[in-house]
Amino acid sequence: MSRVWIFGQDINTDQIVPGRFAPIMLKNEDDLRKYPFVEHRPEFAGDVRPGDIIVAGNNFGCGSSREYAPLALKMVGVGAIIAPLFARIFFRNALNLGIPCFTADLTSQLRDGQQVELVLEDGVIVTEGGERIALPPPPVFLREVWAAGGIVPFFRQHGRFPGEAA
Amino acid sequence: MAQTLSEQILSRAAGRQVRAGEVATVAVDLVMMHDSLSPSIIKIMEQELGVERVWDPERVAVVIDHVAPAATVQTAEKQNEVRRWAQRQGIRHFYDVGRGISHPVLVEEGVAQPGMVIVGSDSHSTAYGCVGAFGSGMGSTDIALAAATGRTWFRIPETVLVRATGRFRPGVSAKDLALRAARELRADGATYAAVEWHGVEFLTVMERMTLATLSIEVGAKAGLVPPVGIPQQVPDWLKVQEGASYSRIIEVNLATLEPQVSAPSVVDNVFDLGDLGRVAVDVVYLGTCTNGHYEDLAAAARILAGKQVAPGVRLMVVPASRDALLRATEDGTLAKLIAAGAALGTPGCGACIGRHMGVLGPGETCLFTGNRNFRGRMGSPEANIYLASAEVAAATALTGFITNPADVM
Ligand code: SF4
Repeated sequence: MSRVWIFGQDINTDQIVPGRFAPIMLKNEDDLRKYPFVEHRPEFAGDVRPGDIIVAGNNFGCGSSREYAPLALKMVGVGAIIAPLFARIFFRNALNLGIPCFTADLTSQLRDGQQVELVLEDGVIVTEGGERIALPPPPVFLREVWAAGGIVPFFRQHGRFPGEAA
Repeated sequence: MAQTLSEQILSRAAGRQVRAGEVATVAVDLVMMHDSLSPSIIKIMEQELGVERVWDPERVAVVIDHVAPAATVQTAEKQNEVRRWAQRQGIRHFYDVGRGISHPVLVEEGVAQPGMVIVGSDSHSTAYGCVGAFGSGMGSTDIALAAATGRTWFRIPETVLVRATGRFRPGVSAKDLALRAARELRADGATYAAVEWHGVEFLTVMERMTLATLSIEVGAKAGLVPPVGIPQQVPDWLKVQEGASYSRIIEVNLATLEPQVSAPSVVDNVFDLGDLGRVAVDVVYLGTCTNGHYEDLAAAARILAGKQVAPGVRLMVVPASRDALLRATEDGTLAKLIAAGAALGTPGCGACIGRHMGVLGPGETCLFTGNRNFRGRMGSPEANIYLASAEVAAATALTGFITNPADVM
């Protein structure tokens, strides 16, 4: 089961990981796992479990190009992020790191703290009551990157960028 | 068919005609990386991609600007790693502490040119649109791939057009136009799109950079000013084409534009200065790739000349580049600022990301000429950041509360 974490709109990368906690500022890069939402939602880093889902409002991840923002979320095991619109650099970074991002507005359908099951292959969320919420299927060029587990393994396997004819 | 500036540049880089909405692999002309993310970029390139050498050391630029000079032992150590790496790679466009912020520096050095595709490890890489380049910010993995291969992929963006008419009144400038556009477009109004800024040919290249850097704050992939009236050589295939299609058009009459202020803690929370009420400040910070240019220092000096910063207010001046600082030194601009009470920082990013050189404490209010007022951006999450122009910054430094330059000029 995955816990749902609801966030508001315009969540920026300074809220995800403030620049002061960039890996370059830390003694040990692995410490980055302590800092997702450290100021915005201090209980998150301690309570989040692998597979948990972030369900956010519009424009998730706006702001800086810092890849350590999605990297911190990946390090604590965030299983998917669902928002009606993602800021583009964040979206690319998350895609590159292999974090599934779905473009949908579920903030009013799901509650914070709710337990659900995410079936990635089928693109559905199943609630405790058995309700099935279909996630919009991502375009082919995104799916091929996910399937490889991120852009680096994708590039190493195919020797090309997504969307380009094989 | 007529193309937008982004479609023209990306078609050339893709080697075929591309249109908004397509996904294309394109050749990049320049890859920029800075001290803050270079260590992770190098690591991804070497360890994950297994690539030892950058694809072309002439087309990779490395700038030490984010924490310059180093603030801690760790940052000093990491920066030394980056220096050694750049040397091993034979990277000539390496700019060390004090040269300034990557974006103005690459323009001043002539490394960033009209018509190029430039990707940078900094979200404000939209800045290169000031010379009509397609500049876009990316994270470490994308930059590592681009540095290793000389290529990247893009979804070709639609274009949002901001069309300015008329001329600014005294005390109003490019920052006010950019904030006005953010107010209309909102923080996500140009997500996945490019912004073109028309009707601003009378601005200098660095004034155009103010518009180009703020394009990311409405979500844009790139922010271009048509390259006319600039000293750079412009390729003849690059020009605004009649009939190019724009997904949205915003009109701004500069002649009636009031000074704009973005209040905490999102960039699109923009007000006419007159509607803001009385906001007392502790710090006025003049700097960044958005408004730390010579033009900004000069505009502030005109307002502050022969006067004194209000008691209890700290005025930080951090020039965007050494060139800006030199020019301001030579013509007396700097002396006016310092005589008025300004404290001077090393050209670079300064406190823009809250790491050094004037970070804010809890409860402090800052009038900032930068581009982000997110909570915690400049230090304490309990500090308040208001964004405005260099002119508003100078007027505010004089009175101690956010002030319309027209009232003190
Ligand atoms: S001045 Fe600020 S916005 Fe500009 S490059 Fe530096 S950190 Fe980024």
